[in-house]
Amino acid sequence: MTYLAKPKLHHPALPKNKLGFTRRDYEGAVSTLCAGCGHDSISAAIIQACFELALPPHRIAKLSGIGCSSKTPTYFLGVSHGFNSVHGRMPSVLTGANLANRDLIYLGVSGDGDSASIGLGQFAHVLRRGVNMVYIVENNGVYGLTKGQFSATSDKGSKSKRGVQNMDAPIDMIGMALQLGATFVARSFSGDKAQLVPLVMAALHHHGAAFIDVISPCVAFNNHVGSTKSFDYVREHNDAVNRLDVIEGRAEITADYAPGTVESVVQHDGSVLRLRKIHADYDPHDRISAMAFLQERQAAGEIVTGLLYVDPEAHDLHDHVETVEKPLNELGEAELIPGNEALQKLNASLR
Amino acid sequence: MPQPIASTNDFVVKFANVNGSGSASANLLFAKSILRMGVPVATRNIFPSNIQGLPTWYEVRVSAAGHLGRRGGVDLMVAMNPQTWAQDIASIDPGGYLFYDSTKPMPPSKFRDDITVIGMPLTEICNKAYADPRQRQLFKNIIYIGALAALLGIDAAAIEQLIGEQYKGKEKLFGPNRDALHMGHDYATQRLKPISLKVARADAVGDRVFIDGNSAAALGAVYGGATVAAWYPITPSTSMAEAFQRYCRRYRVDPATRKNRYAIIQGEDELASVGIVIGAAWNGARAFTCTSGPGLSLMQEFLGLAYFAEIPAVLFDVQRAGPSTGMPTRTQQADILAAAYASHGDTKHVLLFPEDPYECFELGALAFDLADRLQTPVFVMLDLDIGMNEWLTKPFQWDDGHRLDRGKVMTAADLDAGKEFGRYLDVDGDGIPYRTYPGTHPSKGAYFTRGTSRDRYARYTEEGAAYVDNMQRLLRKFETAKKLVPAAVRTPAKQPAKAGVIYFGSTAAAMRESLAALEGQGIHLDALRLRGFPFGTEVIEFIAAHEQVFVVEQNRDAQLRTLLMTEGGIDPAKLVPVLHYDGTPITGRFITGAISSLLRAVKPLREVAS
Ligand SMILES: Cc1ncc(C[n+]2csc(CCOP(=O)(O)OP(=O)(O)O)c2C)c(N)n1
Ligand code: SF4
Ligand SMILES: [Mg+2]
Repeated sequence: MTYLAKPKLHHPALPKNKLGFTRRDYEGAVSTLCAGCGHDSISAAIIQACFELALPPHRIAKLSGIGCSSKTPTYFLGVSHGFNSVHGRMPSVLTGANLANRDLIYLGVSGDGDSASIGLGQFAHVLRRGVNMVYIVENNGVYGLTKGQFSATSDKGSKSKRGVQNMDAPIDMIGMALQLGATFVARSFSGDKAQLVPLVMAALHHHGAAFIDVISPCVAFNNHVGSTKSFDYVREHNDAVNRLDVIEGRAEITADYAPGTVESVVQHDGSVLRLRKIHADYDPHDRISAMAFLQERQAAGEIVTGLLYVDPEAHDLHDHVETVEKPLNELGEAELIPGNEALQKLNASLR
Repeated sequence: MPQPIASTNDFVVKFANVNGSGSASANLLFAKSILRMGVPVATRNIFPSNIQGLPTWYEVRVSAAGHLGRRGGVDLMVAMNPQTWAQDIASIDPGGYLFYDSTKPMPPSKFRDDITVIGMPLTEICNKAYADPRQRQLFKNIIYIGALAALLGIDAAAIEQLIGEQYKGKEKLFGPNRDALHMGHDYATQRLKPISLKVARADAVGDRVFIDGNSAAALGAVYGGATVAAWYPITPSTSMAEAFQRYCRRYRVDPATRKNRYAIIQGEDELASVGIVIGAAWNGARAFTCTSGPGLSLMQEFLGLAYFAEIPAVLFDVQRAGPSTGMPTRTQQADILAAAYASHGDTKHVLLFPEDPYECFELGALAFDLADRLQTPVFVMLDLDIGMNEWLTKPFQWDDGHRLDRGKVMTAADLDAGKEFGRYLDVDGDGIPYRTYPGTHPSKGAYFTRGTSRDRYARYTEEGAAYVDNMQRLLRKFETAKKLVPAAVRTPAKQPAKAGVIYFGSTAAAMRESLAALEGQGIHLDALRLRGFPFGTEVIEFIAAHEQVFVVEQNRDAQLRTLLMTEGGIDPAKLVPVLHYDGTPITGRFITGAISSLLRAVKPLREVAS
């Protein structure tokens, strides 16, 4: 397998965003995943979201663990720096990167094996710390790259391709994210681009730990009858609580909606999320009732999707450790080295 | 009864205390007062990690000759912990002294008849003088320091001055401490018989400072420009992270905004800690973690990634003995191989071996320049003996003209000027490629970081030839490292010598003492103190120039010797291991005994004195 560069021949009619970039400018190398893999749709959604937000691609850093899902950063944002780290440990590498330069956008991509099994601890702690990032788990309920073993998000009773039943209780990453203090929590489906793209956009605008669990069927190992992560099953059981129609800058909201059906959420950076309610009573600002609602629906076999929780005034790790505004990696000698005089004073106190 | 030991400025005092009784600061006061009299001391804390009653010992070696290694033996035992009484009494050298709290009468069977027993009713004195139990406890310590000062001839004014410095501006605390000191001093002067151990004013301390290696290493990290630290608590490295926090609060807060020019994260484990360091270093910040053996074991996978992805991570390994339920509060140099070859695949890492707190500072700061220059993990190998004990050490110096060496980093201007960028391209022939920081340029210089499945331009490939090409370049880089790590320090024997000795790290103080002692026995050895790995040519040449070379280290398996054999292609027969690994710091006596008996046992290598 070698690297395949995508031809960068731009069609003159391709639409451009505010920065003058076309969608192609946000693409990466040609994917080497299986044709039809859900992960590729998520890559496409990330490309679309970054394009629509007109983010300068080089100001995004993409980090991942190991797995088919973790390979995907090669397939989007080709002019961004990327880091394919080790299995289950993307969160710590991303945390360090974020500490070094608070000015970049951090996009962490992981799989359900990567985040719910080997990396469960790091998944938990990166959310607890409120690292400013978008953390996407491409959740297919199996280990794709190692060829189809159950992962920790496989539902109890779910059948493997070879007919073996999973008897272990599943880890619900959304429930954990809510409990651990993530300040933006969403679930979506790789087959529902209209839902996923605005969620990714909103998460990119979130100041704090944003977590998106994207159910992303593995066509090679987990798309059969008896699987609860197949395209058919997810389509049938998708229970969206709301639709994030658009996300926009500080602009006024102009479109008309029937009263009580739309909620506008203004995030820390002024971005406005227009949330169309599907479950009239679902309140995405109430962490506790969100958890209860999710548990309830999950017990009924439903897959709840949408923007499940958001704290628009969230704080991040830099706020907590009170770092200077200037990125730490730009500080020079004058700001970092106390000098010989200070050292001589210190010497004097050590005698 | 043997003759009571008589010595001026050359003896060992050992304090046996109960942890948390406030003895630590009193004992430090004792040590420092001797320093103030111009007499060098070497102090060591001994603290088992899980024995009931939490005993701690503090050993003060008074040495006008300036020997800073552990001597072994006890001339004066200050026995303040009833629970360790028996073992404390047993450890006194014949002719030595016992100082104890005689408030409660003890049967003669509890003592020895070959030592001088000095009883002072400390509890009784305290109970009379103080009503508050906490005060009774705290001042008891100061009272016995006062009494010892009187017995040993330590200038009470020197102690008073130290107390004054400690409680500067806090007259309320200073007064009672001073009074307690005099209470003890007066009692001993009036009621206790003089002893033959004495401290006499000298001028052997000079401008040296007294500090522990972990603090010095933390200071090195500050001066090395570290901005991100991630760590997980583990003895004996914890106090390094704490010291970094302390120094950052002092030196790294923006005076205008009160915001921090650093970030310290207590990770959820050592994996996360090193991961954070790798992420930060990848993104252009200087970052470090500090740990000990068990933590280093956990970091293995990440260290492989850092090696292959060429990330300038800095690790401080404060080595200790054995696993977590081994001897976590004891010292060893037993992570040498685990660090040198950490991780999967063909990996080798750069190591630095500081000998004392001064070098913890110096090499600690240097580690960051080296890591950036070489784009690879760099390990600073301390041990518990250097890390957690205060040592008399050269005063710290910093060259204000020193610029941080950020290594080969391509900037936006370089890229715009059309410089060719290949993340793993060896443009200079030294094996070190250029890197870019994320976010540098809108369209140039981005690359995807992964293990070894990539070509010179960081493009994905699993081609064998590209892998080999990369591995060869990493070897060239390691060759470059040989020239950049600090060179070994050679101490020639007074007479031409056929045998040599190699040592490193905290062994240095004991080795110096031993070299002098061996010389006294007519054994002349050229000595070489290693300061880094990979070994420079001076190391290989030193071995080649001698018939036999002793390799002194504090581990069971002669790990440095293995490294010398493997990396230097040295004939094992030539390298004679001298190994100390019971968890106590190596002593000059031990090395002298081991080398002289080895020389007697093997064929006589002794140089003929002519
Ligand atoms: C330490 C370690 N153990 C095991 C592996 C092998 N491994 C690679 S990917 C993977 C599972 C990936 O599963 P998931 O994160 O769900 O990704 P998917 O391929 O399903 O997208 C495993 C076990 C590894 N790379 N590293
Ligand atoms: S194995 Fe599954 S997860 Fe991996 S690329 Fe194929 S479909 Fe996608
Ligand atoms: Mg998976």
